[in-house]
Amino acid sequence: MIEVKNLTIRFGPDAPPAVDGVSFTVRTGEAFGLVGESGSGKSTVLRAMAGLNSKYSGEIRIDGVALPPDRPRSFFKRVQMVFQDPYGSLHPRQTIQTQLMEPLHNQSLERRPNAVEQALEAVGLPRSARYRYPHQLSGGQRQRVAIARALMLEPEILLLDEPTSALDVSVQAEVLNLLADLREQRKLTYVLVSHDLAVVAHMCDRLAVMRTGNIVDEFEAVQLRGGSVNHPYSRELLAASEAYGEAPRS
Amino acid sequence: MITDVSRQHLSLGAWLKADPPNGILHSMAQQAWRGCLRFSLHPLGMLGLAIILLVVFAALAAPWLTTYDPVTQNLLERLQPPSAEHWFGTDEFGRDIFARIVYGARTTLYIIMLVTIIVAPIGLLIGVCAGYLGGWADEVLMRVTDVFLSLPGLVLALGFAAALGPGITNAIIAIALTAWPPIARLARAEALSLKQADFIAAVRLQGASRWRIIFRHIVPMCLPSVIVRVTLSMAGVILTAAGLGFLGLGAQPPMPEWGAMVSTGREFMIDSPWVVIAPGISIAAVSLAFNLVGDALRDTLDPRGGE
Amino acid sequence: MSEGPLVTANNLRVAFGRGAHAIPIVHGISFTVGREKVAIVGESGAGKSTVGRAIMRLLPPAAHVTADRLMFREIDLLAASERQMMDLRGRHMGLIMQDPKYSLNPVVPVGEQIAESWRLHHHGRAARREAFDRTLAILEAVKIRDPGRVAKLYPHEISGGMGQRVMIAMMLISGPELLIADEPTSALDVTVRMEVLGLLDELIASRGLGLVFISHDLNLVRRFCDRVIIMYSGRIVETLAAVELDHAEHPYTRALLSSLPSIHDQKPRLPVMMRDPAWLSQSGITQ
Repeated sequence: MIEVKNLTIRFGPDAPPAVDGVSFTVRTGEAFGLVGESGSGKSTVLRAMAGLNSKYSGEIRIDGVALPPDRPRSFFKRVQMVFQDPYGSLHPRQTIQTQLMEPLHNQSLERRPNAVEQALEAVGLPRSARYRYPHQLSGGQRQRVAIARALMLEPEILLLDEPTSALDVSVQAEVLNLLADLREQRKLTYVLVSHDLAVVAHMCDRLAVMRTGNIVDEFEAVQLRGGSVNHPYSRELLAASEAYGEAPRS
Repeated sequence: MITDVSRQHLSLGAWLKADPPNGILHSMAQQAWRGCLRFSLHPLGMLGLAIILLVVFAALAAPWLTTYDPVTQNLLERLQPPSAEHWFGTDEFGRDIFARIVYGARTTLYIIMLVTIIVAPIGLLIGVCAGYLGGWADEVLMRVTDVFLSLPGLVLALGFAAALGPGITNAIIAIALTAWPPIARLARAEALSLKQADFIAAVRLQGASRWRIIFRHIVPMCLPSVIVRVTLSMAGVILTAAGLGFLGLGAQPPMPEWGAMVSTGREFMIDSPWVVIAPGISIAAVSLAFNLVGDALRDTLDPRGGE
Repeated sequence: MSEGPLVTANNLRVAFGRGAHAIPIVHGISFTVGREKVAIVGESGAGKSTVGRAIMRLLPPAAHVTADRLMFREIDLLAASERQMMDLRGRHMGLIMQDPKYSLNPVVPVGEQIAESWRLHHHGRAARREAFDRTLAILEAVKIRDPGRVAKLYPHEISGGMGQRVMIAMMLISGPELLIADEPTSALDVTVRMEVLGLLDELIASRGLGLVFISHDLNLVRRFCDRVIIMYSGRIVETLAAVELDHAEHPYTRALLSSLPSIHDQKPRLPVMMRDPAWLSQSGITQ
């Protein structure tokens, strides 16, 4: 469904490429993980896919059709993004109601009176949250609002940039469960960026490993869970996650 | 427990504390109320606010607070020291100084309002557009800002006086036109950092137009620091207006204006100090009041919210 | 050799503000730290960072710290004067913070910052020369190659992992007995984390130090530390040896462990923690 071909992104004419000829495909309904450490370029790829950065070379295709770097408005009804920091992804001075209605306004869609209530219910937030400001909500609640906002336009594809890195362990579990449920209910396609192999192993079907702008390995999640990855860097990442982490499979 | 507050006749206090809020306006009112409460925790800020309110009251109730007319001359009574008759004494034309101070409050308020109306919107708009749009818009707007920044207020006022004739309004416009550049720079800096924020990216990902982003999302975030900055520069504006009064470019006689009163009173300062003390203290008090309020506002309006 | 624990805390309480409006952060906890690696684990708001800073008396004046006993070796930390605390900090107790981007002075070269840490406790002309030599020595001890070159660099010129090594160097140069590390690897990449933790492990073992390792990452501490203290909402809910974490008894600990996604065990749904208000009524238990 999504095809990224030879994506190259540079920040500045003489700078080395942050993303260097990256190619991968994501099947419809799949959850695809992009794993890497800081500086690997994974978030840069995601932002380019979202349409936040139009200065790239290479192609991004959806259903075989190449997307223009400056996305048309209709694109955002198909693809939406959830950001990492729950404290920065909501407008501090607008109520939840306003922020959830905003996508409908920007796409000139009908502002159904119960749209917000339905959205809050879909992400497990109480009705009392509707007229609150973001600072009155916890981190987990804010992230749910961010997910609700992303779903207002009923996209088919959700791009998730480290959606639970900033959350406590118990809250992370709730949000991951929510994301899994929503994906099943709405038949969504996910592209999930994370540095946490456990989250990716849990959420994704397939994943690609990035290092300094390149994809160095690509494999199914079952291989990760079984510990049978081949590329030396992938093995290094896995070992590091296990060294001070859960016991490796004996 | 969610109560249906719209159906009940709640006291204002209960409505402000009702949880959860049941409407956007309800929530905004509660936020504003919490802001006022936070402001009231600053004793100096409250003092500044009290002084400003006193000035507003004096301006509004001037005819009822004074027994003498501020412009009527009575040369028999000239340069009288403060007494039961004339609380602040009389000036060189025998005019009651107390009346001139109270009516002068109107002039001060006029200056403040006119400057705010000109400076805040212009500075905010130019700064935010320059910061968010970037590119050549940023270059052009910032060079325009630089031009106005390099013009000394006094010189521009002279130019205005020559072109349009002297008078308080023209002087104020002249001051305002040189006071907006720092506001624009401040707004630009804020817009530049907000541009990178995730919540702005989220709105871009909804297909919002640039103008919607600027006016609906960025400007409200810049308002607090602009308000604080304008408040803090108010002190300087009042003093500049006083300086213009000295050059004869501000308020024209016999209009009572505190700065003009100080400058004309300098001649008689040695023997009749009361002529400059009252207006001098008034200017200092109002300037200080704006500074105190500005400082307290800075703490209150922190956009990171948090109660 | 010292007998007895390095840190003893009995009924430690920390509250912000006083009187009726005081907000309690830590509700009377008790624990000891010897020459071992002890982890304090909890989610945000559990009070673990507060405990770490309370030991070094680095909390803001609004924080009100009380305890039946709060001792470092034989020194009463609550009764100590600020001068005594200043002597303790750095020389006997070191604090490693989370992000070298924020904990290192951006306008001073890193070598200078490390040397300053030495000179704070050793005065005089000779100390200056010695500080320079010791700085190079400690940079080598934290496995930084080419210490002479790195000492002249500014914090923004070095990577996160190197920045943490610099922090560790800064804290170790005066030879403390106790290290308090507040989320020292949370800002680091996974591979760098492994290196830094390996380094810490080696240094602590070779110098016989005690370590208080504050973290939110239970999986991280179970392999790295000897003992684990679990905190919830300002209280200690469980203390146990790291190897016995799988046999944890308290429901909060078990819930924390099971709600972590696992690389190898596929859980279709991550168990969601049901917070029991009864957890809040338990007082600190130590083994």
